[in-house]
Amino acid sequence: MPKDGGIGASTKRREDVRFLTGAGNYTDDINVRGQAYVHFLRSDVAHGRINGIDTGAAEAMPGVVRIFTGADFEGVGGLPCGWLVTDRFGQPMQEPPHPVLAQGKVRHVGDPICAVVADTLEQARDAAEAIVLDIEELPAVVDMKAALAEGATKVHDDLKSNLCYDWGFVEENREAVDKAIKEAAHVTTLELVNQRLVANPMEPRVAVGEYNRGTGDHTLYTTSQNPHVIRLLMGAFVLGIPEHKLRVVAPDVGGGFGSKIFHYAEEAFCTFAAKACNRPVKWTASRSEAFLSDAQGRDHVTKIELALDKDNNFTAIRTDTLANMGAYLSTFSTSVPTWLHGVLMAGNYKTPLIYVNVRAVFTNTVPVDAYRGAGRPEATFQLERVIDKAARELGVDPIALRRQNFITEFPYATPVAVEYDTGDYVATMDKLEEVADLTGFAARRKASEAKGMLRGLGVNCYIEACGIAPSNLVGQLGARAGLYDAATVRVNATGSISVMVGAHSHGQGHETTFPQVVAEMLGIDASQVEIVHGDTSKIPFGMGTYGSRSLAVCGSAMVRATEKIINKAKKIAAHLMEASEADIELKDGAFSVAGTDKSVAWGDVTLAAYVPHNYPLEDIEPGLEETAFYDPANFTYPSGAYACEVEVDPETGKVTIESFTAVDDFGNIINPMIVDGQVHGGIAQGIGQALLEHCVYDDNGQLQSASYMDYAMPRADDVPFYAVDHSCKTPCTHNPLGVKGCGEAGAIGSPPSVVNAVIDALQSGGKNVTHIDMPLSPSRVWAAMNG
Amino acid sequence: MTQVSMTVNGKAARGDVEGRTLLSTFLRDQLGLTGTHVGCDTSQCGACVVHVDGKAVKSCTIFALEAEGAEVATIEGQANADGSLNVIQQAFQDHHGLQCGFCTPGMVMSAAALLKENPKPSEAEVRDYLEGNLCRCTGYHNIVKAILAASGQDVGAIAAE
Repeated sequence: MPKDGGIGASTKRREDVRFLTGAGNYTDDINVRGQAYVHFLRSDVAHGRINGIDTGAAEAMPGVVRIFTGADFEGVGGLPCGWLVTDRFGQPMQEPPHPVLAQGKVRHVGDPICAVVADTLEQARDAAEAIVLDIEELPAVVDMKAALAEGATKVHDDLKSNLCYDWGFVEENREAVDKAIKEAAHVTTLELVNQRLVANPMEPRVAVGEYNRGTGDHTLYTTSQNPHVIRLLMGAFVLGIPEHKLRVVAPDVGGGFGSKIFHYAEEAFCTFAAKACNRPVKWTASRSEAFLSDAQGRDHVTKIELALDKDNNFTAIRTDTLANMGAYLSTFSTSVPTWLHGVLMAGNYKTPLIYVNVRAVFTNTVPVDAYRGAGRPEATFQLERVIDKAARELGVDPIALRRQNFITEFPYATPVAVEYDTGDYVATMDKLEEVADLTGFAARRKASEAKGMLRGLGVNCYIEACGIAPSNLVGQLGARAGLYDAATVRVNATGSISVMVGAHSHGQGHETTFPQVVAEMLGIDASQVEIVHGDTSKIPFGMGTYGSRSLAVCGSAMVRATEKIINKAKKIAAHLMEASEADIELKDGAFSVAGTDKSVAWGDVTLAAYVPHNYPLEDIEPGLEETAFYDPANFTYPSGAYACEVEVDPETGKVTIESFTAVDDFGNIINPMIVDGQVHGGIAQGIGQALLEHCVYDDNGQLQSASYMDYAMPRADDVPFYAVDHSCKTPCTHNPLGVKGCGEAGAIGSPPSVVNAVIDALQSGGKNVTHIDMPLSPSRVWAAMNG
Repeated sequence: MTQVSMTVNGKAARGDVEGRTLLSTFLRDQLGLTGTHVGCDTSQCGACVVHVDGKAVKSCTIFALEAEGAEVATIEGQANADGSLNVIQQAFQDHHGLQCGFCTPGMVMSAAALLKENPKPSEAEVRDYLEGNLCRCTGYHNIVKAILAASGQDVGAIAAE
């Protein structure tokens, strides 16, 4: 292993130094000479017809450069949706236009109507207050069932209804599933809400548009997880700017959790306005604006039925879900309740028949899209909750019921169209029982009861599908993008290396972990390797970071490119040592001839590549730079088993997390410290969903949880120290590093165990409570106990 | 516009501000000290915490003019004189107490204020003190560990890995 950290080392993060000293370079830290500022005037009603906009007085205000309305964007495209879902009748989903600025109607509180560009932000805000809007408020549809009712107000007048699609998966299983449920020895039914959440990366979104009149080049600095995706979507579909005239830069980005995947109106606006105003234009979201304009997450209402035979084997699962799309289709919104949700419904269990029905619904609310886990937490939650409920109904141990139904042989083809390549669910459950000391629970419960508290234990498993792929398959399923990634390994003359990657790091630590891989392969110091990311003018076309894909997809591309480097370097080394290429070995950063003491150093070979005086020019080109694109053969399938212990105060309903244990199988691990950290963060978001967070609209579509005063983010004293264990390893069989995704696992795996634990606590106190919808706030728990 | 002057990280600083200009805006836009971050507009997230006359203050919550004549310390002034990380910063790196880095300056400044008040805090005291600092990446685990470690306590004995 390289002395400063190769594969498997908990190398300290190099990026930390700049973040700890205030030297990071986030988008809001970027100021371009001469920039103007934009303030968006947003709708304060959830649904309304725009009868008139009078900007006259506002335009006369000090510092105003120009005021834009929807009319200015009639000649450009709308924001595109990246996934076409076909419904269960073979028809395409209903896909309404999504203008950059509202045209004709406003459809959610926060829908941008006007954009005021001024010399200063304060002037832009002041001028926005002088705009006179004539908006006729219309009835808002907020509740999904009401939105689907006959005669409901339509969010989009030109659509047939508020139904985006009615998706069945696998449609051919429908009748067989119905029959199996009818004939089952036992059926457990659970109706639940997976509540709407807000991703809330700590850095609000920012966009800075710049236009060079001399060259016709556009630059957009933006808080994005995937700058090439933004360049493609905005350039090709919205503004009609060819890629070579459009550069998108996503510098240091302060967290994403999915909400910075999507192409947003403000990005298109700043790029457009920079040219129209012939000035750079900057927008920085306030947090209040983020609540009204960042795509939100989850928001499913589900009924799940689990059928079992007389021996408690799972025989069928049937689900019926309403999924809220909000007012418009955000970039990947349509894929979340379908291909990221339905295909996970088998979980860790060998259920032969599964049918998933999802109806996606338009409402007058902020658009909903992927948030950490994206469809997989929704699948895991309903499955792991219904199994717990079934165990209670049948009077069996919930862990034993899970174990009995575990998939134990791999590869395993599920009835929902995916093939798990590896896993060992028995091993992770065994490890969980050990690490969480489940045998000691009875004593801990007794101790809690002695204090007058109810103690509960909740356990669940999860399976995740990460690194969505392969491109040809997802294309058939409706994806309008490829899902490969790319890396260029540029070896410099003196042997240092720049690796340009399509993945984007916004907290994941790629700048540290990716060099660990290259250094290990070459036997050089990791400090000699640097990662370049986040700038379309520097990196090859890659799809960015989401869906726990970076290492499994982009890391694989980097490995492939590094292998090409090694192959070429061996040719050069063979020439330098007058040996056969087949005899060249690379070890500890030096090339040697097998069976001899001949050796040349890494730096000698790299220098020869760029100063090719003694070089096989007739056989190979000078230089040492290789690119690889990698399109995975399959998803990766991390899995795990989680346990949560809670205390519930029977007087108040307050839930306290007493312990949380996560056992994950991520296959091979590059940097254990960073993987642990990813899981910690995911668990906190899962606990947040289970106990605290709730994005609430009133009946008129007003967002009631629109700031941190009302949206309960998990704080340091809401969570305990977590116990995480990653010693169970079944390496992925189809990528070169044997790695699986780890970024979303914590958020996917943790909500069910928290809720299972609370139900267990209440049952132990003699309360006949079988379900409480999240968040399990004190008032909800108290009401359930006393209802 | 009114002229405001203060000492920031030991150096005299002045500028012309409106009455409504926040200290965070003054630090970021006029002094170029962009390490102080703004993550919300309701004084909840704590990314903007700086020290004003030795006390931890959310710089989005006071006007620049209120800091007239004050000694202000920001994240940019926290490293040791030789540029190396100070004890708290180093503990954050050693214990992976940051991921995206956006909340980090506020976390470090709050941690410094805590340890000044309470040099050997318990885990519960650290968690309680950090109520005003939100982090969405770390789940707080490694932040709490880092602060306990910076106070000289054996975190291996307190928190499992």
